[in-house]
Amino acid sequence: MNDLGLYLPGDSLLHRCPAGVKLGGLFLLGAGSIFIDGVIPILAGLALILVLYAVAGFPPLLAWRQVKPLRWILLFIAVFQWWARGWQSAVDVVGVIVLLVLAAALVTLTTRTNALVDVIVAVLRPLRPLGVQPERVGLLIALGIRAVPIAVGFSSEVRDAQRARGLRASPRAYAAPLIVKSLRHADSVGEALVARGLD
Amino acid sequence: MPLVEVAGVTHVFGEASSRRTVLSDVDVGFDEQRIGIIGANGSGKSTFARLLNGLIVPTDGSVTVDGLSTARHGREIRRRVGFCFTDPDAQIVMPTVGEDVAFSLRSADLSKDEVRRRVATTLERFGLADLVDHPSHLLSGGQKQLLALAAVLVTEPDLIVMDEPTTLLDLRNARMIGDVVAQLDTQVVLVTHHLDLLQGFDRVLVFNEAHLVCDASPSEATEFYRRLMA
Repeated sequence: MNDLGLYLPGDSLLHRCPAGVKLGGLFLLGAGSIFIDGVIPILAGLALILVLYAVAGFPPLLAWRQVKPLRWILLFIAVFQWWARGWQSAVDVVGVIVLLVLAAALVTLTTRTNALVDVIVAVLRPLRPLGVQPERVGLLIALGIRAVPIAVGFSSEVRDAQRARGLRASPRAYAAPLIVKSLRHADSVGEALVARGLD
Repeated sequence: MPLVEVAGVTHVFGEASSRRTVLSDVDVGFDEQRIGIIGANGSGKSTFARLLNGLIVPTDGSVTVDGLSTARHGREIRRRVGFCFTDPDAQIVMPTVGEDVAFSLRSADLSKDEVRRRVATTLERFGLADLVDHPSHLLSGGQKQLLALAAVLVTEPDLIVMDEPTTLLDLRNARMIGDVVAQLDTQVVLVTHHLDLLQGFDRVLVFNEAHLVCDASPSEATEFYRRLMA
């Protein structure tokens, strides 16, 4: 099952909804999240998001898989907020992060990358006189989405190589080859983009 | 077929303290449909391939495709000369199969319907039509290489350069790619270590230690290469 938030084909109402509407909704949710305060609004928000996952034809397990990779970071934030500002603040901060992650994942799960890029390019077009290159920004976002499974693949390759050599978990032995592989890949992608006429 | 002319080409990598000549005084021209390139690792064949669509501009000498210099007309050359890399993961930039093929047409100024039609036709041709919405990172190695090839051919280049497209593939997938290449009506330059893929090619160039050391028929060139590596 897709736990990287990448597009899953479908014919639901959310799949057919224009990319601009979904991105606009996500923007409003992000901007409005500073006003979300207290357990009840957060639980209501989470319930609404889970209903939207169901409308898109996705099981609750898929929603959980979007948040699962963040669980240790969320735990750290929760403990810190509890210690610094009390349990209510911990619930607010962690709840809002979970809400936004689930909503953002729902957008990418139901929207083709090309459609997202088209919206971003259209939105940024008025900024062209200021030196912004909308196509470049759109391409960067597409490459970022594509890079997620590549980076995950590199990470498991490095871990497998470590295990095969009988090495214990070592941050340096893990980070160094991962960075080298990622930089080499970035070089190759750059060369391939030029070869595909994007120079 | 386009006429490719490589004249007096020498290419050097690196700074003054670590300069390395990767191609030395190469002169060759071809307009045949199938050109093979073989040689040991580090012999200069991949650099030669990159010269042909201007990814590398030679330190000395010139490369032209139908009279257009790769140094002066890089963008036009890359529109006419497609390039397939060894590792398709570097070349596939969009998350799904259909989107990646469509991505190649972004700068072609085509209507959305025309893009959809061309993508569908190309995927059908490569047996990928059922995978149009499939995540590209979940394809098999052979399918990824087919997708990379499809994404290049959808732009209808005059010449396609393939740098060891079968090196990361098993024998079955390598043969499948070989069969696809054999059926292309585009001019093809294929860099490979799989010598059996060169059957039926018009010419094969052998590189060794930065020099072009043999330019002959597939049987003569592969025999020469085998003796060289013995």
